[in-house]
Amino acid sequence: MSKLQALTNTVVNWVDDRFPVTASWKAHMSEYYAPKNFNFWYYFGSLALLVLVIQIVTGIFLTMNYKPDGSLIPGTNVSVAFNSVEYIMRDVAGGWIIRYMHSTGASMFFVVVYLHMFRGLVYGSYKQPRELIWIFGMLIFLCLMAEAFLGYLLPWGQMSFWGAQVIVNLFASIPVIGPDLSVWIRGDFVVSDATLNRFFALHVIAVPLVLLGLVVAHLVALHEVGSNNPDGVEIKKNKDPKTGIPLDGIPMHPYYTIKDIFGVAVFLVIFSYVVFFAPEMGGFFLEHPNFDPADPLKTPPHIAPVWYFTPYYAILRAIPSFLGTQVWGVIGMGAAVVIIAFLPWLDRSPVKSIRYRGKKFKTALVLFLISFIGLGILGAKAPTELRTILSQIFSVIYFGFFLAMPFYTKNDPGTEPVPARVTETNTSRQLAFLMYVGIAILGSFVFAKLV
Amino acid sequence: MKNKIARIIAACALLAPLTALAASGGVALDKVELRVANAESVQRGAKVFVNYCLSCHGASSMRYNRLTDLGLSEQQIKDNLMFATDKVGDPMRVAMQAKDGKAWFGATPPDLTLIARSRGADWLYTYLRSFYRDSSRPTGWNNAVFDKVGMPHVLWQLQGDLELRTVEGKAEAKGPVARSWETVEHVNGKDKITTHQLVLTKAGELTRLEDGKANMLDFDERMTDLTNYMVWMSEPAQVKRESIGYSVLLFLIFLLVPMTYILKREYWSDLH
Repeated sequence: MSKLQALTNTVVNWVDDRFPVTASWKAHMSEYYAPKNFNFWYYFGSLALLVLVIQIVTGIFLTMNYKPDGSLIPGTNVSVAFNSVEYIMRDVAGGWIIRYMHSTGASMFFVVVYLHMFRGLVYGSYKQPRELIWIFGMLIFLCLMAEAFLGYLLPWGQMSFWGAQVIVNLFASIPVIGPDLSVWIRGDFVVSDATLNRFFALHVIAVPLVLLGLVVAHLVALHEVGSNNPDGVEIKKNKDPKTGIPLDGIPMHPYYTIKDIFGVAVFLVIFSYVVFFAPEMGGFFLEHPNFDPADPLKTPPHIAPVWYFTPYYAILRAIPSFLGTQVWGVIGMGAAVVIIAFLPWLDRSPVKSIRYRGKKFKTALVLFLISFIGLGILGAKAPTELRTILSQIFSVIYFGFFLAMPFYTKNDPGTEPVPARVTETNTSRQLAFLMYVGIAILGSFVFAKLV
Repeated sequence: MKNKIARIIAACALLAPLTALAASGGVALDKVELRVANAESVQRGAKVFVNYCLSCHGASSMRYNRLTDLGLSEQQIKDNLMFATDKVGDPMRVAMQAKDGKAWFGATPPDLTLIARSRGADWLYTYLRSFYRDSSRPTGWNNAVFDKVGMPHVLWQLQGDLELRTVEGKAEAKGPVARSWETVEHVNGKDKITTHQLVLTKAGELTRLEDGKANMLDFDERMTDLTNYMVWMSEPAQVKRESIGYSVLLFLIFLLVPMTYILKREYWSDLH
């Protein structure tokens, strides 16, 4: 043993006597056994963590130069906050790349998280014993939506201002307490400098703090019960009798750390393409009207949220007001998010993975996916009669998928029995996957063109 | 499996009748030739901008000395492009107060720093070329792209006078027509086509009336320069951004992705 190794050992032992560094490394990395059959869908957890780090690091540098000040520069109708964003884009060294990483990161966070959630849905990862992981995940999703909404006000452009106006006014529709509640949220009777300052505080410290705590809870809960896999087989049921290591498990480190680095490299290709060549992403990542400074006297002709909120926005608009109040749409929109958290109890099937599920569930899932993407497309467009009717149909399917789940999953025999051990993917599965992705993308484009 | 495909195709087919409901209408925008990396074109645009736009419109996030990115020296900027200030590090502000602008024009002339990113280059290019005489307006001018706009045609000396002619149905461009476009309205289930023509009645410095035809090429070219300047000004880092982007993508695609893939294969080869 060299002197350096001896010294390292001494230091590690000294720390281990006082803090469980080696034990933690083993428990969560080198001796955490993950199923060996993870596929494409299992990259998005680590990618979500990567995007979180990107958002925090770029966010710190943005905070150094951004000014949450809604007052106007004398003689102009441009606010200090709006101008400070352009200051970052022009005068801060490397500012434009930091800001585009942050704005692209916000959208990519939702791309990655939606795919991560969809993975949970198709492989039944929310089912017993992983209900709490799913609940923590849903709370993370709520925090993420709050972060996105709060952060969107900060550039203080037209869409920032009017988007916040629309969303805060939703709270005003709640009976009795609504009007007071919306004033309490804004800190003023209109969206103003007071609103900007508190949204800034919530965006940079309050919500991220909660978010980080929840991410830790999400991972601790996951490592307690172990990961699910594309076959929905519990690998802990088949352990090596001598070592007690699951036969289908491989250590997280180095196998999945190395594999995830490859995932990161591929992700960075897409991420960098957007940052360097299409930071506005055709108006979907950075909306065109948001390059106009906020003007409280000029309502934009069409107020649309950023793409990741459009499915819920479409549900909000689809529900008409009745009994003299518009609160139903707000309730519908909230319920559309909250209902996802109840999946572990709505799904009564003993089978986890889509691979071994029955036809009823597969049909329901396809309909759900069509309605979710359809709502997303409709929510981005100005309402017409046809679009409202389509949104209503899709909203019914969306809620039907969840509410009818106890019935269609209860007696739904699978197409083939669940194997005892995990299986590797094969060419026919890979081809089917590519075909489904192709149909989904093509179908989305066709639908967007048509409506 | 085949069953599944059939079901998905059937679901998509249900949406096909919706094509019939696709709508059309509005003013057609002309496509502008974008050449932001062409410093000479952008310089010419900057000259038009500071001479004609920068009297009422500010560009409050754009500093004069950023024009050095176009290959100009600070002395050249000071001598040729700076009229409102003597500090080359100042942003392009105007003396006119926002509230005065509102009183004089009915709306505050918007700050133009980011106008190309909110309106789009094609919109600007078409708007700048679509002013026409309209005696019903306080300024005597109207715009085909932005109806009842508060702004007068500040470039009329360059473009000359245009008048708007509206014809029902499709119509041939007769006489000195500078631009022509059709709009379609749905009236009682039928398509009603209207042809709009901007006719050059008096030539300006950059336009010509030749044999009863309008020659707008020089003016259009100058407006292309101006539009390109505004696109460049909306994000001066964009040329650099794209050039860095190529290196980043080359590194990722040809180095990092293959290396990490080979590394993964190597580590996983001892699994069975």
